[in-house]
Amino acid sequence: MTTMQPDQATALGLSRLTAGGFDPETLDGTLVSDPSIRAPLVLGNRDFHSVTNTICGWIENPTPKWWMPAFAVASAVAGLGTVMIVFLIITGVGVWGLMNPVMWSWDITNFVWWVGIGHAGTLISAILCLLKQKWRTSINRFAEAMTIFAVICAGTFPGIHVGRVWMAWMLFPIPNANWIWPNFRSPLLWDVFAVGTYFTVSLLFWYMGMIPDLATLRDRAIQRMGIKVRLGPLGLPGMGFLDRITNRIELPLNTIAAYAYGFLSMGWRFSARHWNNYEKAYLMLAGISTPLVLSVHSVVSFDFAVSIIPGWHTTIFPPYFVAGAIFSGFAMVLTLLIPARALYPGMKDFVTARTIENMCKIITVTGSMVGFAYMMEFFIAWYGGNTFEIQTFIRRAFGPYWWAYWIMVTCNVISPQVFWFKWARTNIPFIFLISIIVNIGMWFERYVILTTLSGDFLPSSWGYFSPTYVDIFTFIGSLGIFMTLFLLFCRFLPMLALSEVKNVMPQASPHWEGYGHGHDPHSHHGKGH
Amino acid sequence: MAYDHGSHAAPDDARPLWGLMAEFSDPASLSRAAKHVKKEGFRNWDVYSPFPVHGMDEAMGLKPSRVTFIMGFMCLTGFTCAWLMQWWMGGVDYKIVVAGKPLFAWEQATPILFELSVLFSAFGAVFGMLILNLLPRWNHPLFGKQRFLRVSDDRFVIAIEAADPKFNEPDLRRMFESLGGKHIDRVEEES
Repeated sequence: MTTMQPDQATALGLSRLTAGGFDPETLDGTLVSDPSIRAPLVLGNRDFHSVTNTICGWIENPTPKWWMPAFAVASAVAGLGTVMIVFLIITGVGVWGLMNPVMWSWDITNFVWWVGIGHAGTLISAILCLLKQKWRTSINRFAEAMTIFAVICAGTFPGIHVGRVWMAWMLFPIPNANWIWPNFRSPLLWDVFAVGTYFTVSLLFWYMGMIPDLATLRDRAIQRMGIKVRLGPLGLPGMGFLDRITNRIELPLNTIAAYAYGFLSMGWRFSARHWNNYEKAYLMLAGISTPLVLSVHSVVSFDFAVSIIPGWHTTIFPPYFVAGAIFSGFAMVLTLLIPARALYPGMKDFVTARTIENMCKIITVTGSMVGFAYMMEFFIAWYGGNTFEIQTFIRRAFGPYWWAYWIMVTCNVISPQVFWFKWARTNIPFIFLISIIVNIGMWFERYVILTTLSGDFLPSSWGYFSPTYVDIFTFIGSLGIFMTLFLLFCRFLPMLALSEVKNVMPQASPHWEGYGHGHDPHSHHGKGH
Repeated sequence: MAYDHGSHAAPDDARPLWGLMAEFSDPASLSRAAKHVKKEGFRNWDVYSPFPVHGMDEAMGLKPSRVTFIMGFMCLTGFTCAWLMQWWMGGVDYKIVVAGKPLFAWEQATPILFELSVLFSAFGAVFGMLILNLLPRWNHPLFGKQRFLRVSDDRFVIAIEAADPKFNEPDLRRMFESLGGKHIDRVEEES
């Protein structure tokens, strides 16, 4: 072999860079500023088997100690939210703080916020896939799961705010005894189709990507099929007598896992003829999902922009909503990813410092776009010369909701600018903090848009919206639903896309002949000269 | 599921031969072997790898996937359905003038035209892929082999079926050995 493969150059360069152990400049060795060196995507000198063992181990090993308490809290909060929803349904929307003229408030704020969060997953899997951003492989499964759970939370709110919830089926064009059809000229109906399509396509994308990994879990479970799992002590305080019983209980969990993963993996057998169709389908799905991601929040913004309310009736809304959605989605991925990366052993080898840094950069870019949109809204209000529009914007920044506006500006425009500095992009606890601030800021952005309603055309009907406890606990409850689903995902499904991670490792190349020429750190990978 | 766990299965040699499998250590030797098998003119054979190996389609001489045609057909179906639905429901069957807007116009129909085209294409992609792969199929002779289960982890396998007109076990064993194949093994039909 006369020429060196790019990945070999990477390996050589890195072995020089990290020869002395931990490097403060490159952290885990991935923040290489030399553009001739391609940073590795998987660390820890791993082979395929250790990748499989680590990622499947998160599911197969005993439940981590933190998981049960976390799940208990999350599901209790979800239960609280469910109680609030039931209370709303049996009583009526009057239990919310909605009033004339603010007839859309926290429910729609939460809907738009959750849909926005749901944008990161498909963005990472679709757009970054088309752009051949290989670092996405370590976070795409995670982000797609987050997308699906966020859209579930989002869909709850319009469903329960229609008033008579039992009539919600009339959102869909279903033949009915009244002989009526939905109004296809209404953006609210476009929204039903946009969010419904987005949820379905995201679910298909997520599931299809997971089929090979579920097959891996199946094959590993089959090899353990005879082994029964002891339930073991529950560790409940004051309930020690139960442990004597549970210590004796043995469950055929491996057999259940083999059948469950076996069923879900559709009998995938890793055939190259199958991969041929699979890869094409995946690429095409990424291709059609790319405009879909951009369309969803555009259509959501039409709910506002197509109306003739001052402050809503603007053409900047679709791109501005999409930028905000990507912004909040990436922030939520970081909020979940950073604790997971600390809690799951070995995850730092896949989710490298460079992956986190890349996400910080996207947050700064989209945060700046959002900030620019805020500026343009004010400029157009002034330049357009419409009295109502001007008044609305003055009222937005200095009126009764001035505090919400300035929280939004601080969190969304100022806070992401810290990522211009490298120390901020590489300080993990600090990134976690900023990601939460961005989430808060984006919630306030939706709230600021909705409270525009408080200043009606008729000053006599102006009002001030205050949430009731039902509003507040329904929102907190939706966070609980989200976390419950997410914790279940972490426990039972492959958090990282196994086959995709393996595919971006240098060993996966058919031209790979081992690091360097003389030696091969993976001795069982035979030399093919 | 027909996984072989020894006790209840018929003895190996009592079952008819399905094919011969060989293990390869890495994508490089797998690619070389696949090119050779293709050159020898085999037809009923397949390569198994934990991830899609780059360039394997060309090495095996596979044609581009036809899933794109299924998707294109589904996209047009979705578009047509969305058009007919909006036109008939809003413009023909239930004529209500709202805010002076026309009963049907392509402008207001665009969002749903787009969404349903994407939705149908996505169904075409996923279910088209499964149909072309003849999945779901929860049984396969190869699943009876314990070593085959490691393909989902880090092993690379080539299997040639006994149904292939050029199948000749001693010749194939020699061929696999010369290509660097290990653990060359008979695969029997399911009992």
